[in-house]
Amino acid sequence: MKDFILFTLIVVAGTGGELCVSRAMKSVGEAKGFHPVELARLILRALREPWMWLGVAMMASGFFALLGALAALPVSFVVPMTALSYVVGVFGGVTFLKEKVTRQRWIGVALVALGVSLVLLGRR
Amino acid sequence: MLLVTIVAMPFGNVMLGMGMKHAGTLSIWPLNMLWLTALHIFSTPAIWIGVAALIGWFISYALVLSWADYSFVQPATSLGYGVTALLSWLILREYVSPIEWTGIAIICLGVFVVGRTNLKTTAHPAAATEIAEQA
Repeated sequence: MKDFILFTLIVVAGTGGELCVSRAMKSVGEAKGFHPVELARLILRALREPWMWLGVAMMASGFFALLGALAALPVSFVVPMTALSYVVGVFGGVTFLKEKVTRQRWIGVALVALGVSLVLLGRR
Repeated sequence: MLLVTIVAMPFGNVMLGMGMKHAGTLSIWPLNMLWLTALHIFSTPAIWIGVAALIGWFISYALVLSWADYSFVQPATSLGYGVTALLSWLILREYVSPIEWTGIAIICLGVFVVGRTNLKTTAHPAAATEIAEQA
């Protein structure tokens, strides 16, 4: 049960955090260049977005959950399981950011899900 | 540099794993135990090596992206899942069963396929037409 909670936190908080940061950055707009002043302005604009703070908090929670999982389980099991974030990310992109997903991407996500299932089966 | 990008993150994860295994029992409650646990974790050298490797990964990733396309770099980094299993087996002496190796190979393939798809899926209709005309 503890492992299930940790993996849910790693995948959902990590991917949810990335989606929130992505949403914040879409509101902020693209960088016009890589000049330090322009980048600093972009960062300041991003810090004014509540989605950015929520995203960073979720990503930090995901990282600490990863440390918790690594304390109890083998690295060769924990890291492949984190690939589930691709599956959650695509579903999150479709529902939360209204993105369109190509057939090729769905095939990739299905392969990741199949691979993770095999890793789970192999560990039992 | 691309090789550093592929290896740095798995190496960082393996070091974090090694550090966390040495950190002992983790207690997060009561709050003073959380403080002691954090102190214990961050006084482990392997954790700092892991964090340094992850920072190194981020810098190398940013540098590679400055000269190579994301659609080339992202699929290349899909190898990281295989490298993680390999390093866990070599450094931490973890047992990886044949089914797990197969699963990890399929994950690498899946991440590679995901990385080969278009980056922008929400392009403005006019922009999409322009891209199609250029193609």
